[in-house]
This record gives sequence, structure tokens and C-alpha cells, in this order.
Amino acid sequence: MNGAQAVLESLKIENVDLVFGYPGGAVLDLYDAVYKAKFPHVLSRHEQGAVHAADGYARATGKVGVCFATSGPGATNLITGIATANMDSIPLVCFTGQVGNPYIGKDSFQEADIVGITTPITKHNYLVKKVSELPRVIKEAFFIARTGRPGPVVIDIAKDVFTAELDFKYPKQVQLRGYSGDFTGDKKQIDTVVKALKKAKRPLFFIGGGVTLADQTELLRKIVAATGIPVVSSLMGLGCIPALQDGFLGMVGMHGSYAANMAVQKCDLLIGIGVRFDDRVTGKIEAFASKAKIAHFEVDKAEINKNVYAHYPVIGDLRWSLPIFAKEIQAVSASCRERISGWVDQVLDMNKKYPFSYTVNKDYIMPQELIDTVSGLVDENTIVVTDVGQHQMWAAQFFNSRNPRQFLTSGGLGTMGYGLPAALGAKLGQPEKKVVLFTGDGSVMMNCQEMATAADNGIDVKIVLLHNHVLGMVSQWQRMFYGKRYSHTLLSNRTDFVKLAEAMGLSACRIEKPKELKARLKKALASKGPMLIDVMLPANENVFPMVAPGAQLDNMVLGGTEE
Amino acid sequence: MKKYILAVLVDNKPGVLTHVSGLISRRAFNIESISAGYTEDADITRINIEVSVENDRELEQVVNQLGKLIDVIKIVNLGLVDSIVRELVLLKVRASKDSLADIRNIVDIFRGNIVDVSPENVVIEITGSQGKINAICEMLAEFQIIEIARTGAIALSRGPIPVKNM
Repeated sequence: MNGAQAVLESLKIENVDLVFGYPGGAVLDLYDAVYKAKFPHVLSRHEQGAVHAADGYARATGKVGVCFATSGPGATNLITGIATANMDSIPLVCFTGQVGNPYIGKDSFQEADIVGITTPITKHNYLVKKVSELPRVIKEAFFIARTGRPGPVVIDIAKDVFTAELDFKYPKQVQLRGYSGDFTGDKKQIDTVVKALKKAKRPLFFIGGGVTLADQTELLRKIVAATGIPVVSSLMGLGCIPALQDGFLGMVGMHGSYAANMAVQKCDLLIGIGVRFDDRVTGKIEAFASKAKIAHFEVDKAEINKNVYAHYPVIGDLRWSLPIFAKEIQAVSASCRERISGWVDQVLDMNKKYPFSYTVNKDYIMPQELIDTVSGLVDENTIVVTDVGQHQMWAAQFFNSRNPRQFLTSGGLGTMGYGLPAALGAKLGQPEKKVVLFTGDGSVMMNCQEMATAADNGIDVKIVLLHNHVLGMVSQWQRMFYGKRYSHTLLSNRTDFVKLAEAMGLSACRIEKPKELKARLKKALASKGPMLIDVMLPANENVFPMVAPGAQLDNMVLGGTEE
Repeated sequence: MKKYILAVLVDNKPGVLTHVSGLISRRAFNIESISAGYTEDADITRINIEVSVENDRELEQVVNQLGKLIDVIKIVNLGLVDSIVRELVLLKVRASKDSLADIRNIVDIFRGNIVDVSPENVVIEITGSQGKINAICEMLAEFQIIEIARTGAIALSRGPIPVKNM
């Protein structure tokens, strides 16, 4: 067996059923093995598309996403996707070809130092120069990618390793002295949180992507139901608690709901679960949850006290901590419900009084109305993928996510161009589920070549294009903070996205009038095969509420449409 | 700013120093010095990092972030235990027949050695704490220091227990 075959054999053992990638010189032998073994592989039209697709696949399925790219430019084209996965803790294993051993370090054709380049944006990385190391390295890479706080791992393989022969033996276990993969913590830390909860008058759960990553949604829902404690979520935590459930106050932070932000500022015990207190969540850090003691359930020790000080840290895998927590609070749940009922009424009242809102216009389709309408048309198992910008925030605010792994978005890195390829990966990972992509006329262009991938492979995603001829979020900031100087944020009207989609082999339609919105959306969403739905929107709508950068959470602009 | 010396035990593999130094720079931690070398265990490299931190929380971040690196086996803050700190410095100093005796006197006082001599210069080897090294540099400045090479601080705890068993 040669190195290339060993890679595929290892992938089979790791239960990898699909790889995304793009061939090239340094991986010719790997692709030859793919051909011979008929290994399931989807060809993207750009390496960035391949890595985002692997990421979307991983988020939708909970499995490790895998992609292949060649050396040099092939590998550097993965960088944005790797960084995206790293910021959102998504398990990926990316295989890159490297120039042959004799050529390393000589500035050879298509050579780039991928281990050096990816070190800051990976959980771990490897350069494999000897074929004998390959099985061990791949075993370790998958183990590292999916255990603890998940993340991307890069394996850079010298070209001659693919052709070198080896006696293939896949290790049964990993032996890493510096990483056990065991993230069991100290139970006493959980006792402390329970003790604090017994006294809390205004407790609040703050949940994030960690809950989804650890697949602890069911248990979290039980804990919330038992205690009656209200919940706010980060962008990454959407779907863990059904959007319309009583006591769920929605997203917190810069574009969070009024009730969620106010609840954070008023609570006396904030219990963060699988969150990292990003600056888009906290606003002015000194004023964040200033009346509260903070409990922090977190697998990554380095997240404790990084951004906010945790009075009651619980360090360990949520798979370990939440079951114990759930058991321990059984005895105090009933009294908790009673004690906090006034607080719950107060936040529910705020949520009722100040929901996310918009004004319908008879001449224009409002972006929020579009999301709202889609939300009402699709079933509860629909996966929503977003790109980045205003439409992403509107999707977070107005799409009612009802299940985990069904709201896929680049939260940490905020990668425009993530959406389309990620949607393709999600659909391939969950073929039974409907996949709807919300994107903008800015974002979609950043990876629009992947429409060809969708068309050629018949990947049934519905691309809902929020088309407002403007780089919306940046122009909103220019409108609010830069004296309406729209520096390079206005897009021309000349690009015809319907024609573009059709030229790529997709079907497409355009919706312009509010009165035809629902009926035409319904028809388009129900159609078979990939489709682009070009929805024309006004350019001057703002995302509100908004906490200005550096302001504290209870200092929100509630807003309305700018004339 | 407070300084601490961290003893970081890592796997003796290629790329490890990149991982450690890369982490320090991207997290914007301040380091005074970093040095690495083999240990009594052939598979383990010891990296000695002298960090400057504003407060305990920043120190905790440095240790926790380093601890996340897969190749890092163990980190001990030797600034928090009783330990011996040393640094080796090589100094190239301008010297003539007239000044050589004075230089020698200074070197003797600081218990250093002259390890090379030419008609125009001497090379001095000296080990010690940074305070001592700064002091001798000050004394030798009048003769003109041509070049300095420093290893950065390394440390060992007092008593029989090695870092790996702490």
C-alpha cells in the first residue's frame, strides 16, 4: 500500500463518508487513489469552497469535516475556511499536499509553508515527511479535531510520501503526552454553582455554540424546563432552545433583543454554558452583567477569565458537567421556580413589549419580512445557513430556529462567502433536510463559483438572495457613525443574479413585490433542485436593536427605517 | 509588570517551537526571553520562557493558552516556587594592553571568565542573575562593549523534585 491509499484507508476507519476538495500537482497521487477506490468526493470550484463545505457538513452532522487541497496556492486558499472553523470550534481535518521532500525549503514551484501559516488558526497541525508516520498522524488528527473543544487540524503531506510504500497499520489508540482528550473536571465546582443558584433571585442562562458542539441540547432543555430560568443565546447557540419557547429571550449582544440584553444587565446570576463572552456579546466589558455573579461552564480552561471574570467556573466537557448539574438541581428546581417567578414575569413582559419588529411597506419587500415569511413556510427540520452582514443578523432575529445544528453561520470570524459552500456541505451531510441559504449580494459574490458545484452535483439548496445593492452592514455603520459617507459600499445595479445563476446551471427567479412574496417563495422553496431566489429589497434598512460598539448592553438604539 | 520564568516541557518534535512562539505572539503576550534545549529525557525538550505580565489574570491566560498546545506536556511557573535563576552572557569588549588588567579585575569580582583574547579585544563569559549581568555591563561600558550574546534566563527549582513531577 502506498501513502495515498493509506490516507483513504485511514479515512474509512474514521468513518469519513465524504471528502470535499480540489486537485493539483502535489496531490495527483492522492487523487489517483481516490479515482481507483471511487472514494466519495465532491469537487468544489475553489479550495475555499471545499473547506467551507466541509465545515457546513461538520456543523450539520456533528461529524468531522474533511477536505483535500494541493500545495502552495491550493493550501493557502483554505486559510479563510480554516480560520472560520477555528473561531467557531468546528472539527475539520484538512489534508494539503506539500512539495516533495527534496524540494522543501527551496522556494520550489507551488511551495508554501503551510504548517507555519496555519499554526495560529488550527488546533494542531502536522507536516508529514515520512510515510511511516502517516497512520499515527491521521489517527491523532481526528482525535484532536473532535475531542475537548473541537477545532481544525491540518495535515501537510510531502508529495513523495503519497507514493512511498508502507506496511499499513492503523493505531487503535493515540498516545499524546500533552493531550489526553479527557476533559472531566472537579465536581465541587458544580456544587458551587448549585449553591449560588439556591440564593439567586434573578438567574439567567446564557447559552452558546458549545452546547451544540457537545450535543447537550436535550439535557439543557430539561434543565431549563425544570428550573424555569430564562435563557439568552449567543449567535452560535441559536436553535438549542426553540425560538418561540416561553422564557427564551433570543439572541444577546450588539443586535440582540431588548429583553435579552436587559436581562443580562439586570440578572444577579448569569450562568454561561459553552460560551466565550465575545465582544459582540458583551459590549462594554466593564459594564457587562455588572449586577451579576458569573458562572461559566466551559471545556476550554483558557476561556475562563479571558474576557470576563467567572466567579464560579466549571471547567470540563459539558458532556460531563451538565448531567451532574441536571441531577444536582433536581432538589432545588421547585423552590427556584417559585423564588424567581417575579423575575421571569418581568423579562417575559419586556420580551412581549419589545420584540424584534419592522414596519411593512406596500411598495418594498422588507428584509425582515422576507426572513419572517421563509420562517413561516419551512418545516422545523429545515437547516438555515447564512452569509455575513445585515442579512445574517436579520436571519438570527427573525428566523425561528427550532433545533440545534440547523442554524449555520460564521459567528466568530464573520466570513463573507461562507454561506453558499457551507450550505452545499450541510445538504450533502443531511440530504433529508431542506437547506435554505440566506445571503446578500455582497456575500454571495465571494464564493459564487460554487453555484456550479451545486448545479453539477444537483445539490438541492435554496439560495435566498437579500438583494439590496449595498454592502449593508458596513453601509449601516457609515450611515450611523461616518456621516453617511458611503465609501465603496454601494454596488451597481448591473449584475443580473438570475442570469448568473442560470449561466451556472441553476434555476432562478426574481421577486420584487410585497404582495407576491409569500406565494412565490412558497412555490420556489417547494421546487426540486438547487435554485436562486433573487429578492429585491430597499437599500437603507438598518439592523436594530443595536448596541453601538463599545457601549454597554442596556444602551440600545431601538430604531426604525432611515429615510 | 511582574516577571516570571515558566518551565515548559514539550514533545521533542519538529515545529514545536513554532507552535509555542507563534502562540505567544498572536496572543500579544510580552516575553523577555525564550530558550530551548534537550533534557534528561530524549523525547522531551524544555523551553524556558520569561514572561512579563500586568497581573495574575494575564499570567493565568499565558499558562492556560500555552497549556492548550497539543505538544505541551507540562508548564510550571518557577517564579512561584523557590528556584535558582541563571543566564549565560558572552561579552566582546574592546581591550588594550593598558586596559586589560582593569577588565580582568572587574571580571574577577563578578566571577566571570575571559575565554578569548586578541590585541584589540577580550571575550568574557559570565553567568548569573540579570541584576548581576546588568551590573557588569555597566562596569564594562567605559571600555566599550562591542557585542553581547545572552541566552535568556533559565531556572531550576530547589530541592529534589523535577518540574515533570510537580
